[in-house]
Amino acid sequence: MSDRVIETRGLRKQFGRKLAVADLSLSVGRGEVFGFLGPNGAGKTTSLKMLLGLVEPTAGTATVLGAPLGNRSIRARLGFLPEHFRFHDWLTGRELLRFHGELLGIRRAALDERIDRLLERVDLLDAAPRKLREYSKGMLQRIGLAQALLNDPEVVFLDEPTSGLDPLGRLLVRDIIRDLKARGTAVFLNSHLLGEVEATCDRVVFVKQGRAIRSLSLSAGGEDFEVELRFTPMSAELLEGLGRLGGSPAHYDGAVRLRVRSEESIPEIARWLVERGARIYRLESRRPSLESTFLEVMGQDQRPG
Amino acid sequence: MNGILTIARLTLYEARQRRILLAMLLCGVTFVVLFAIGFYFIGKDVRGNASASFVQKQMLLNFFIMAGLYAINFMSIMTAVLMSVDTLSGEIGSGVMQTVAAKPIHRSAIVLGKWLAHALVLAGYLLLLSGGVLAVARSLSGVTPPNVVEGLAFIYLGGLVLLSLSVAGGARFSTITNGVVVFGLYGLAFVGGWIEQVGAMTGNAVTRQIGTIVSLLMPSDSMWRLAAWHLQPSFSRDLQMTPFFSGSVPSGAMVIWTVGYVAVTLVLGLWLFRRRGL
Repeated sequence: MSDRVIETRGLRKQFGRKLAVADLSLSVGRGEVFGFLGPNGAGKTTSLKMLLGLVEPTAGTATVLGAPLGNRSIRARLGFLPEHFRFHDWLTGRELLRFHGELLGIRRAALDERIDRLLERVDLLDAAPRKLREYSKGMLQRIGLAQALLNDPEVVFLDEPTSGLDPLGRLLVRDIIRDLKARGTAVFLNSHLLGEVEATCDRVVFVKQGRAIRSLSLSAGGEDFEVELRFTPMSAELLEGLGRLGGSPAHYDGAVRLRVRSEESIPEIARWLVERGARIYRLESRRPSLESTFLEVMGQDQRPG
Repeated sequence: MNGILTIARLTLYEARQRRILLAMLLCGVTFVVLFAIGFYFIGKDVRGNASASFVQKQMLLNFFIMAGLYAINFMSIMTAVLMSVDTLSGEIGSGVMQTVAAKPIHRSAIVLGKWLAHALVLAGYLLLLSGGVLAVARSLSGVTPPNVVEGLAFIYLGGLVLLSLSVAGGARFSTITNGVVVFGLYGLAFVGGWIEQVGAMTGNAVTRQIGTIVSLLMPSDSMWRLAAWHLQPSFSRDLQMTPFFSGSVPSGAMVIWTVGYVAVTLVLGLWLFRRRGL
């Protein structure tokens, strides 16, 4: 059995003259929680739809669980929660899950037992007999999540799963993703919420204009340190000097941020500033946040929407 | 096959939950009651008319039954389109289709399941309305039109033409565009039918041919004309005096064409839906 559950090479999708995905090559390992990051319009949702067989690629090749895209029997082993989960609002929560279970070909007795377990997991057991039109946005998102997990999938595709959820709902989703990981399920997570991604993903790929431009392992930790400083005077001369000690400094909320290669550079920076008469009010070092990496990779003009 | 049945069951359940079935039942019953009231008084007048012959009386009663069936034909065509016009496009537009189509079922099962459910509802509606009208006519005056089974089958086939176009169109067009196109085709067939009729009466071969071509493009009206021809007693047809008289009766080949038309439309719908990005 291959250790790759998703493998794409040069995947491309063009809608008329609009290029949604230019050239996507990536792979996701078995049991990996994979974050797919990029600004609005970067082609994240289209990429995910191609992997699920909902949209046909214009060019390129890909396999999901070893089978070419659109393979019907493979879809029984996948789970999917779309970005704006919508369903026939005249069904009750339980009816919705039963219908999807039938589409998945799960036998009735096993299905009922699984539905109860999932309703409990997403905290909707009490709301199960109510019609979906009475559900709040967060409840709909949670029942959608239960729908995505009905078949104990090997790969789960989650498109912005925490949008519309309150903090408790987000925690629940985070917990579920952790459970999935513990069970060896791969999770393909599309998200704008960098904090969520940072908390759950093993690895992220940044996508810009339909291209995967950088892969970053979150579980291994990066090499660089990010230093944030507040001092006076913030003269051009001092900033230029700091640029020589670390990466190019950037102003950020009245402070200066720069990247250094090793932790040893930090006392060096402090000494250098003090020697030049600067008064330091704050000096903080940390591993770079996903947000700053995101902005660096995407460029300052591209912010998550 | 399981996928088709699951989708068909859900579609029927939807019709029930969204009170479409209830609305059809109430409208259908109201229609039959109104028809019964009208038929009662007209029947009384007709029977009381000492100067009319037996044949004339039968003709008048049959005329009124035909008026009822004409309305039923129109209602079943409207219902076929209205209930199915957004069944695919609505779910594609709202995103509901994404989670369904991501499941391990053929896309064609989604189209066929929906078509099957709507075809069943249409059959039920047609039986309710026509059954009511025919029962009223029989119980109040003892009149039953000839060839009821054939006549109703042709009306149903005409409804299936519209239903199939509306389901197939939904795989490609938005709900409104689909509705405009399907009703436009229906209007085309209606006018084409009249052109053919007048052409047949005046012996104008060109207009008759135009009508035939339109009927081939959209055979719904010719199915009504065929139904009307079957449902009238021979003396009514021979007199050629009612609006339901058909100067140009569609042939058996037209029936085969129409069945093929429904099948090809459905296959086209399946093909369009398979290629559609969701």
